Amino acid sequence: MAKAPKKTPSRKPPASKPASASDDSRPRLVTRDEASTRIVNVGREVYTDVIKKNRKPTMRFPIRALSNVRYDIKRGHFEIRGKQATRTLTYNTVKTFAQSMRLLATTKKDLLDKQDIAGKREIYYNSKSWAECRFDEQPESDALLDDMEAMLGVNREQLGYIPEERGGEVTGPLIVVDRNATTGEVVKINCAKLGSGAWSIPSRVEHLSFDAKGAKFILVIETASLFQRLVHHQYFEKASCILISMSGVPTRACRRFIRRLADDQRLPVLVFTDGDPYGYCNIYRTLKVGSGQAAHINRYFCVPQAHYLGVTPQDIIDYKLEDATHPLEQADIKRAQDALKNDPFILHHKEWQAALHQMLKMGVRIEQQAFAKHGLNYVLEHYLPEKIKRQHFLP
Amino acid sequence: MRKKPMVQETAESLAGRQREISVSEFFLKNRHLLGFDNPRKALMTTVKEAVDNALDACEEAGILPQISVEIQQTADTRFRVSITDNGPGIVRAQIPKIFAKLLYGSKFHRLRMSRGQQGIGISAAGMYGQLTTGTSTRILSRTKGSKTAHAIDVQIDTRKNMPTILKDEESDWHPVFYQAAIDGKPVEPVTAKSGTCVTIEMEAAYVRGRLSVDEYLKQCAVVNPHLQLHYRIVLTRAAARDEEEGRKGSKAKAAAAEVAEEPAPGNDVPWTTFLRATNQVPDQPQEIKPHPHGVELGMLMQMLKNSPARTVRAALSQDFSRVSEKTALEICERAKLNPKANPTRIAHQESEALFKAIAETKLMRPPMDCLSPIGEAAIEAGLRKEIVADFYTAVTRSPTVYRGNPFLVEAGLAYAKPGDNADLTAEEPIRLMRFANRVPLLYMAGACSMNKAAASVNWKAYGLSQPRGSLPLGPMVLMVHIASVWVPFTSESKEAVAHYPEIIKELAFCLQECGRRLSVFLHKRQRLAEADRKRQYMELYIPHLALGLKDILDLKDRDEQALVKQLHTLLERTHLET
Repeated sequence: MAKAPKKTPSRKPPASKPASASDDSRPRLVTRDEASTRIVNVGREVYTDVIKKNRKPTMRFPIRALSNVRYDIKRGHFEIRGKQATRTLTYNTVKTFAQSMRLLATTKKDLLDKQDIAGKREIYYNSKSWAECRFDEQPESDALLDDMEAMLGVNREQLGYIPEERGGEVTGPLIVVDRNATTGEVVKINCAKLGSGAWSIPSRVEHLSFDAKGAKFILVIETASLFQRLVHHQYFEKASCILISMSGVPTRACRRFIRRLADDQRLPVLVFTDGDPYGYCNIYRTLKVGSGQAAHINRYFCVPQAHYLGVTPQDIIDYKLEDATHPLEQADIKRAQDALKNDPFILHHKEWQAALHQMLKMGVRIEQQAFAKHGLNYVLEHYLPEKIKRQHFLP
Repeated sequence: MRKKPMVQETAESLAGRQREISVSEFFLKNRHLLGFDNPRKALMTTVKEAVDNALDACEEAGILPQISVEIQQTADTRFRVSITDNGPGIVRAQIPKIFAKLLYGSKFHRLRMSRGQQGIGISAAGMYGQLTTGTSTRILSRTKGSKTAHAIDVQIDTRKNMPTILKDEESDWHPVFYQAAIDGKPVEPVTAKSGTCVTIEMEAAYVRGRLSVDEYLKQCAVVNPHLQLHYRIVLTRAAARDEEEGRKGSKAKAAAAEVAEEPAPGNDVPWTTFLRATNQVPDQPQEIKPHPHGVELGMLMQMLKNSPARTVRAALSQDFSRVSEKTALEICERAKLNPKANPTRIAHQESEALFKAIAETKLMRPPMDCLSPIGEAAIEAGLRKEIVADFYTAVTRSPTVYRGNPFLVEAGLAYAKPGDNADLTAEEPIRLMRFANRVPLLYMAGACSMNKAAASVNWKAYGLSQPRGSLPLGPMVLMVHIASVWVPFTSESKEAVAHYPEIIKELAFCLQECGRRLSVFLHKRQRLAEADRKRQYMELYIPHLALGLKDILDLKDRDEQALVKQLHTLLERTHLET
């Protein structure tokens, strides 16, 4: 597997044509001023309802669930449909309503106008100064933040909220161009020269630019341990690929980073997860087309050019791994059946339906590490090269 | 040795010892039957009998009753009880018999609703006093327009059941009623033109509480809103001190032993007045003839024997209510009797046939104008004036019949807000006040059909908690009244009403209606409390909503205030209207 694919143009997996990163499909970013204006508009609407129209104010936001998304083939992600939830001011909603207004006010005055940032948990603690209007638990403020994103049509990173979760790790032939936040000095990070470590994706990635001349594709890996093995053996050099570890369902920053990198450098994306319904329907599906819950912002956080490398149910047979599997749990079965019934992405791809049916029939799941059955480095010496060479991917 | 032969009684020797037992002797031995089983109860019973008589007398004479009850402790266990009324008075010749002959009175032989029924009560009280202290019953009475009053001391000759007059004088006595001060200002005593005062001295005990004279008089005031009642009890100094200490909870009675026999100076003990709530004397109920379905065989025979009518048919239609000539004929035919037969000659067997025939004949229900209900308005007024509560209601049912006797039931209910009335707590059973012909019944609650009926109602459905098969719990007073020409008491002391299914059914219907009204009230109150809670909740958050908007839109303080005001209006309109 020393030989890399020869022709540069064929770097792209040819199977289906995912949305190219053409300009119109590239999500437009919202400036701080614009976000601030949107908040003022929401406030004005409420004010007008109460003072001028003498009626109870309402807030509208799109319903964020799988039932309210459509798989937009052209753009390659879950697009939110028209269904809206209305929150009218009543006895039952008065507290949430008041909290929403105070949250909007804080976002505008303390974050946007002052060019500051805040974590979700910081905002939760910030509310403790609102007396009886405070949030009792962080999930309450998190839910309102999600509502606010949906209502304003702006993802919270653009409002100045930083996620607290780790964003994922990168190694490989890639130079990331960052900037020192205080001095503005340009910082270049060579991800190929990090020794046995990796570069952590920051929570905000919009300002980054890339140089990935030596890379032919991006390989996204679910588990950190397999990522470590590939880094240890310098697999990215042999395969000329950028390695990214997700550690479970990818964070927004990680998804956004992969998307920007792939768009910018026109690289194909291959995804390697555990072979179970969670790996297929949650990790891969979310990375590629977004989720129901974040339906209003999927256009920023999807990677339409991603392809699924493995582990597929067929791989279990092809690589004689039947004795390295585990029986499906009740939750796995339910997840698979649910996806077959409700997930617009699965419903669109016959290949995925076939794969899920096959898995249900076999009644087993498999982990990435299972290839160790044939030797610790079997996965990087045989499985990955063969798969990539034969281009046996799922859409 | 020969045994001494047993002395054999002969019919003649037995006859020598057989003699009549007078009613008075019987009741002397069986005083518990009349409500004199213990000293505490004796005091209450005496007051009760005298007050009942006074009220009956006033009402029959159409006088708005004014009664004063004074109890004076003369020694540790001796009390002098005086009850004065402004009734019509009693003519001299009747006084001894009324007060010193058992089973003498005007009420037994008629079918009419009244408090007294048997003519035992007051004489029994006098007899009890005479037995325990040896003193006589003193009666002062003045009839309207007479120049002087009579002052008579009587005792009862228990063997003959006849009065013995010890003193018989003319007097210039007038009934005088001392009143409680109103707002600290003394009220002048009132003198009546006619009236009666009876004084009995007896062995007794005074204890406050649910079974006391105080409670009896209070209930009396509730059920007789037309009565003006004055009351005071004067204890000896020692007893008053004990009482004071008892109330403070200290059990130290060291000082009590000193001078127990010294009576307190009487005049400085204030009077308590239960004011009347209406000036309407209740309508006088009509007297009725017995209804055939309520008469037993022996009574029927007696009535036929004494009938002035010439034929059975006439006797039936004249001596009974709801029997027309035609119905009488029908009864005779069914009994295979000659309608023209002489009623006094009806043989035993024939009267039995007649009795059966009557039972089989359908008759109209007895006339109902013999009953005088208190009425819903008056019950409510009575409750309002004596019980602090925030919901009152009353229900009077229409009359119906048990065993041929017309009766009707009424109920009233006073529900206090928990905490408003210190006497009524939410955790304790409700207070049930029982009344029969306007007389409070204090003892033997457990044996009374009123208690049974109240416990049989499902109060949970009306918003009260209720342990299985008992009275409900809650800050509530429930009063139940049964009015009848003949209230079926379980004993002569008239403390509990017998369990006739017809009566229990009527009581239950009546209480259920009260319960429904209570439940409407409780629901409304709950709704209001809920609205209040909501209002407070909304008031908490509206300012924050406005503050948020103010920050977003850079509003002025004035705009913010307008916003708060308008939000209040908007939310009140939809959420708090009830």
